Amino acid sequence: MAVQFKPLGECAVLVYFGNIISQEVHQSIKKFLFILEKEWCDGLIEVVPSYTNVCIYYDVLKVHQWEQDGHTPYKKIVSFLQTLLQQEVVLPKEKQRLIEIPVCYGGSYGPDLRELAQFHHLTEQQVIELHSGKEYLVYMLGFAPGFAYLEGLDERIATPRKETPRLKIPSGSVGIAGKQTGIYPLETPGGWQIIGRTPLKLFLPEQHPPTLLRAGDRVRFVPITEEAFAELEGERR
Amino acid sequence: MTLTIIKPGLFTSIQDLGRRGYQQYGVIVGGAMDRLSYRIGEMILEQTPSAALEFTLIGPTVKFNCDAVFCLTGANFHPLLNETPCPMWKPVFAEKGSILKLSYCQKGARGYLHIKGGIRVEKVLDSFSTYSRARIGGFKGRSLAKGDELPILPSAPSSKEKWGIQPKNWLSWKEPVVIRIVKGTEYDLFTEESKEFLVTSVFAITKEADRMGYRLAGEYPLSTKEPINLLSEAVTFGTIQIPPNGQPIILMADCQTTGGYPKIAQVLSVDLPKLAQLKPYENIRFQLVSLEEAQQLLVQQEKAFKLLELLCSKNDEESFKN
Repeated sequence: MAVQFKPLGECAVLVYFGNIISQEVHQSIKKFLFILEKEWCDGLIEVVPSYTNVCIYYDVLKVHQWEQDGHTPYKKIVSFLQTLLQQEVVLPKEKQRLIEIPVCYGGSYGPDLRELAQFHHLTEQQVIELHSGKEYLVYMLGFAPGFAYLEGLDERIATPRKETPRLKIPSGSVGIAGKQTGIYPLETPGGWQIIGRTPLKLFLPEQHPPTLLRAGDRVRFVPITEEAFAELEGERR
Repeated sequence: MTLTIIKPGLFTSIQDLGRRGYQQYGVIVGGAMDRLSYRIGEMILEQTPSAALEFTLIGPTVKFNCDAVFCLTGANFHPLLNETPCPMWKPVFAEKGSILKLSYCQKGARGYLHIKGGIRVEKVLDSFSTYSRARIGGFKGRSLAKGDELPILPSAPSSKEKWGIQPKNWLSWKEPVVIRIVKGTEYDLFTEESKEFLVTSVFAITKEADRMGYRLAGEYPLSTKEPINLLSEAVTFGTIQIPPNGQPIILMADCQTTGGYPKIAQVLSVDLPKLAQLKPYENIRFQLVSLEEAQQLLVQQEKAFKLLELLCSKNDEESFKN
């Protein structure tokens, strides 16, 4: 698919690289973000990548003052981005990060594990093995600070959301909703099936970048005991 | 040196122009809802955007524990300084021990209290704004409560108190209030009737209206021609989403960074301050304009603002009185 541009109001532009979730689209996005970072200039405010596109927020007055008379700021930003897209770059040999997330499955940390296993006619252990037995890719962050949209959940444990959302889900809870799995960075209400909890903090406002996970990371869940959970949580404090 | 919160008012929190650069990590922008009032207040006090108080519908009562200069902007909360009516939109000197009492506003919804030198809280992720859900920023990451002591710097009175400005256009309106929009990313996927209703019918702001978003109630539900399942992507302050029930939601300052509902339209940046001043049960009507016009209006506003800033920094008793 050819790259497409759409305005998100007068202060942002969405650059689409495809319309389905795929590794290929994700790679094009990574490449584009790499060029953008390299060619960053006054007038650009911030970027927000998602599954199939990158949103670029810009300062309309500053872009209006860029050279090229007679064009609207939108046309100027699009033509600027188009020139960036023509650049041939080779992404630096990836030091793709693999982040291991220790998770204590079941019990009070994963109150929905038993029911979810029954729903799929599996044992709790089998659910844990399916969930922790593979790598996931972080496509994007959103919804809450540090919340990663992970791709790669085994279809055999894909489970609909709970009919009645819980009012409080503790931070660090690991859940399943449809074909997605994720970790709640903050205590929030929510309808995900909670199967475990990690003692790690996902949102780290005192660090830069302020999140444990970043777009492009690979993630693996590692089952831990309650004792290990308590120990890790203790270290964190 | 502090400012004591005697009565907190409603949802009173510290705000600035928000957190930029962190949406890619899921961190919301936040910041003042009525950014125009906020910016003018900071400009009147001749300072770069600092930590100011935003309050909604009911204002706070505060006590100055040192000499201070402040400025009130936004909706009129009938301010009384030591029981005497106090002007808005200009620097005001408060002697140590003074009590500033704000009540409720008849017109508008949000007010701002700016302090010379700003409220002395730490920036978190480059901003003073309160992000309640993540419990960061502002004062202890939360709305203010009775008894909170906010650190401020003492200020001496100056000749600057003799001038002020008189804002007009975004703080006065007749219902239905006209809010200008540009087409949203999924505009073309909506039925012809939906596109028609969007600009011909009147929408009421429901009581579900807060810093995150306003839910609207219209006569007819809006829908796409075919059901669509969108992937989550960037959304922003002013994005108008249509959830499955067909009633629009306008995202406001504390909106999430990404969303998955179809976006029928986007409110013009220049009309967001007005929208931020509307209350539940007020009626609005949308007017569609071109992207080109929307950008021109924003450029004009920003140029006017720069000029105002220049005048403010040069002001004396002769120039720029109201």
